[in-house]
Amino acid sequence: MSANVKDLKFTKEHEWVKTEGEIAIIGISDYAQKELGDVVYVELPAVGDSIEKGDACANIESVKAVSDIYSPVTGEIVEVNEFLAGKPETINKDPYGAGWVFKIRMDDSGELNTLMNAAAYEEYLKGILEEK
Amino acid sequence: MKKTKPNKAHHILNGKMIEFVGWELPVQYADSGLNEEHIAVRTAGGLFDVSHMGEVFFRGPQALDAVQYLTCNNAAKLVPGKIQYSGLMTENGCFVDDLLVHMINEKEYLLVVNAANTDKDFKHMKEKAGHFDVEIKNESDDYTQIAVQGPKAEQLLSQFTDTDLTAIKYYHFTFGKVRKLDCLISRTGYTGEDGFEIYFKADEKNSANLFLELAEKGKPLGIIPTGLGARDTLRLEASMPLYGNDIDDSHTVLEADLEWILKLKKGDFLGKEALEKQKEQGITRKRIGFEVTGKGIARHEYPVYVDGKQYGIVNSGTFAPFLKKAVGMTYLPLDKCQPGTEFEIGIRDRKVSARVVEMPFYKREK
Repeated sequence: MSANVKDLKFTKEHEWVKTEGEIAIIGISDYAQKELGDVVYVELPAVGDSIEKGDACANIESVKAVSDIYSPVTGEIVEVNEFLAGKPETINKDPYGAGWVFKIRMDDSGELNTLMNAAAYEEYLKGILEEK
Repeated sequence: MKKTKPNKAHHILNGKMIEFVGWELPVQYADSGLNEEHIAVRTAGGLFDVSHMGEVFFRGPQALDAVQYLTCNNAAKLVPGKIQYSGLMTENGCFVDDLLVHMINEKEYLLVVNAANTDKDFKHMKEKAGHFDVEIKNESDDYTQIAVQGPKAEQLLSQFTDTDLTAIKYYHFTFGKVRKLDCLISRTGYTGEDGFEIYFKADEKNSANLFLELAEKGKPLGIIPTGLGARDTLRLEASMPLYGNDIDDSHTVLEADLEWILKLKKGDFLGKEALEKQKEQGITRKRIGFEVTGKGIARHEYPVYVDGKQYGIVNSGTFAPFLKKAVGMTYLPLDKCQPGTEFEIGIRDRKVSARVVEMPFYKREK
């Protein structure tokens, strides 16, 4: 898959979400992958796991740091990106496409309403950069 | 926050600045990043601003006696121009710090210590060696220190000096000019590669300019500015201990597996009695190197489990960028220290298997 950034929603923790019906596909933003640096290990949730919104359900590690991925929605994990186990650097190369992390069947798609759209996320990043 | 004298150069070179033990230093540079910087040092070279390190001079008729009393290695073996890795000892034979002892002449020694410990070390030295006829002076603020590390370090530095660098052997130094600056040039480093460390007195402008010029001339050779992130992964990949992580004031020289810097026969020194006793009785734990054989990366302070029970913590741990595997150092019970022995590390909510391996993890080809 390859996502058009304009169609994505974002969290303050720099996850992105793409929806396909009741399925939410989740990854980390381009800003997040750059901050993290070269990804060397990804710990994925198990298919079938029940996840609450806000749960840390995956970990992405670069040489310098570990980053939790928090699920932006409540539901059940239906698919994980196994490809990342052998090629974790895919997250750096294609964060909005082949670097997706997991898919979740949402209990309540209304939870998505609290997320930022692409334009709002861009503003949010500007704020972060100005603070630095 | 204190600034090293080359500080401005890091801003010009897009360094990502952080606070490290009170100093503003680059953790990495925006144009490269930790991984690229690490690999550059292994394959070509890297430039490090290490001006935060401490320089303490011992001058006087009893300079050697004072150094001998404070440290565990035998400084009497030094000759002018030679350097020794050693430990500044507590009375228990543990580390106040680890350091490099440079013999300048019979009445003058330079001790280079860790930035985080400089003030503590200096106080300790004055207190414990006050009865010797020696002047102990902390000149850290006067000195800029730049490290040029990697297989092409000599090629780069030789463009800046008339000093014959090929004549400086490993763990030796000489005095010479680098550009117009009077320098102490040593063949030492903290990366596991060949390379040099230069020490000089200069103002901010000249310090930054030399760093920038080294970066510029280094570029065609593949030598790039390198931050603290890669400094840590490089030293760990080369199995060099870091004070505060792998050695400290609660582990002895023997436990730290650094017996090669312990010379019990050299005469009296701080910690000798305790260490003699421990050597006689034997140690019960030892610093070892490990590889993570399960999935994940062991990091500083993750719990270490032996036979299912927590024994200690990961002292240092990272993903080693050149070897491309997760390695680290910890202390294990003596009967669990043989290479091949399996134990576990707590990585978040899982126990992941790890195996004791020989150190160094990485050794350069000579």
